[in-house]
Amino acid sequence: MEEESDTRKINNSFLRDHNYATEADIISTVEFNSSGELLATGDKGGRVVVFQREQESKSQPQRRGEYNVYSTFQSHEPEFDYLKSLEIEEKINKIKWLPQQNAAYFLLSTNDKTVKLWKISERDKRPEGYNLKDDDGRIRDPSTITSLRVPVLQPMDLMVEATSRRVFSNAHTYHINSISVNSDLQTYISTDDLRVNLWNLEITDRSFNIVDIKPANMEELTEVITSAEFHPQQCHTFAYSSSKGSIRLCDMREAALCDKHCKYFEEPEDPSTRSFFSEIISSISDVKFSHNGRYLMTRDYLTVKVWDLQMENKPLETYQVHDYLRGKLCSLYENDCIFDKFECVWNGSDSVIMTGSYNNFFRMFDRNTKRDVTLEASRENSKPRAILKPRKVCVGGKRRKDEISVDSLDFSKKILHTTWHPHENIIAVAATNNLYIFQDKVN
Amino acid sequence: MIHTMECAADAQSLISISLMKIHNSRTQRGGIKLHKNLLVSYVLRNARQVYVKEKYAEIYRMQQYEEVMTVCNEIQELNPLDLDAEDAGDEEQARAACCGEEASLCGSACHRGAAQPAAHARTASALYGCSPLEDGGKEPDPSYYRSCCMEASPVPHCDQFPANGSTHCNITTVLDLDTHVVTTVENGYLHQDCCCCDALQCGQGAQSPAKKRKVEFGFCTSDGEEVSDFTSACKRAKREDCTYFHLDYTDTSNISNLISIFGSGFTGLLSRQADLEQICSKQVLASLGAWTRAIVAF
Repeated sequence: MEEESDTRKINNSFLRDHNYATEADIISTVEFNSSGELLATGDKGGRVVVFQREQESKSQPQRRGEYNVYSTFQSHEPEFDYLKSLEIEEKINKIKWLPQQNAAYFLLSTNDKTVKLWKISERDKRPEGYNLKDDDGRIRDPSTITSLRVPVLQPMDLMVEATSRRVFSNAHTYHINSISVNSDLQTYISTDDLRVNLWNLEITDRSFNIVDIKPANMEELTEVITSAEFHPQQCHTFAYSSSKGSIRLCDMREAALCDKHCKYFEEPEDPSTRSFFSEIISSISDVKFSHNGRYLMTRDYLTVKVWDLQMENKPLETYQVHDYLRGKLCSLYENDCIFDKFECVWNGSDSVIMTGSYNNFFRMFDRNTKRDVTLEASRENSKPRAILKPRKVCVGGKRRKDEISVDSLDFSKKILHTTWHPHENIIAVAATNNLYIFQDKVN
Repeated sequence: MIHTMECAADAQSLISISLMKIHNSRTQRGGIKLHKNLLVSYVLRNARQVYVKEKYAEIYRMQQYEEVMTVCNEIQELNPLDLDAEDAGDEEQARAACCGEEASLCGSACHRGAAQPAAHARTASALYGCSPLEDGGKEPDPSYYRSCCMEASPVPHCDQFPANGSTHCNITTVLDLDTHVVTTVENGYLHQDCCCCDALQCGQGAQSPAKKRKVEFGFCTSDGEEVSDFTSACKRAKREDCTYFHLDYTDTSNISNLISIFGSGFTGLLSRQADLEQICSKQVLASLGAWTRAIVAF
């Protein structure tokens, strides 16, 4: 697929032109809303920035809708748990949009401990003509009021405001890694390392624990939950992935506590590839249902796998993301890169899947044609409307001119978070503190 | 079967790297990450399994020597004059000669040696006066190496003790993280399966190699042996093992602190009579438990 790049470099700080970025600006999550009109990003500093797509104008048809900043707000602040003497990071781990039901937009954002529901609404009119105060807001001297008038709504410059509507706190002992809104639009789940909690969007002082894998004796702990998601159509079904490389599908109708799965997806380990780091690279970092609800996609350190919900003993498809790193696991362990949690994403029609890699590379796999492509998100390669050139990593032997060798890869530049427009071929890719938005080429 | 050849770092450096990660995670912002520490503990367990297996192979070989040396010693004691002569300096030379030699040499020599106790007696007594270069030839006398390994190496002194009969390294002290109880364990042997201890002893300057075995016996019979004493005792260089270790020795002080923290996980107990494999698996399980215990404690 050819891509036209319409680069949006978003950097809130004045360090835009420098090579380093403040840590607070590092983007930690990206998410399109269900219509694709809005794109939300969360960062390590606890801020949420929402972009809105411009209406396509007839006068400039070649300028397809670009994304501009719509709203920015501070979602989470750093906190301190005095009881445990622990600092709670303000980093936004996940953002999930609620489908739009009225003029306002709603999203859930979470850090390690607390989930918040935000309402983003527009204000483009304001009342004018008050009796007791003038238009600047100053109180009028009552003795100067000689007649009464009715205030009238007058148009004003558009103002977008974000207000916190709900705060769901004190339900997680461990670090929240994911949230997922149910298709019933009334409930959602929040997941930490050992537990999954079910919330009603209206009720903040109560949640139901539906999965608990904490062992009676913590010494016997062998796996943790790494991600969980509701089925896109079945409101009683959800799946959660574990650090051991398995996925469990649960049905909430069976029992109040869903410790017993109804399906268990795991591929047996290949003993010939066993190494010191086998457990680490088999840990699943992301799980996503396909839009049609028939497949599951999982991402572990080196591969992306597509599972058929009807087949539990092995995945339907396995794609190698960066298998050339298999021989470098030791150094990746030393510099902590082996713990990076990459996300994966489906396109709108479930025919293409995408995930990130190092050196600001990201990979797309076409499930039908079995073709794959490696692209790079970088300023040098991304002039507006430039077409992205496929990249290739040379794994050994003679390096061709445009190839990059494994040893030249920059492991500090990683693409962990990506998202795909629900209907169109528009993707958003977060590279450290920069956001890149790519669209399909228009002829 | 873990493929250990995939990277330059070996099991021991992986163990120390993993320990550092666990240690650093305590001060990380946001609290300890359970997932990451669990994964690190798996690497630790895998590395330890490999390390322990290697160690057992070595100990098995050492035990073969020891039986031979038992006989040699008994024969030597019949000739006290030979034992006292050419003492300190030559012992150091002999030790140095062993340095850099693979234990496998000794291992192979051991089998041959077992069949000829009488010959060994003479060789052992002559050993102190010899330098390996004087022997000439590419393949030095295997019995020489075996003997000098045993003589030069104070660390398997524990293994030598059964020959002596009356002195056993049978006391070790373990600190339990959860209960903060210090327990002294008996009827086992202090076993050198702690790679970090080995790193310490290689890194530190060895105590005088002229120290005779009598002093070493004395050490082992002392009561109330703390873990830290154990590690300092390890400083008596087991130099032939230096070739195994490629650790950065500047980390040893941190590592020794971590040893005292994770004491029960690393101090292995080895009973001569018990099945080695059984003990190995128990120790591995116990040590993994120590990790999760340590992690949860914070």
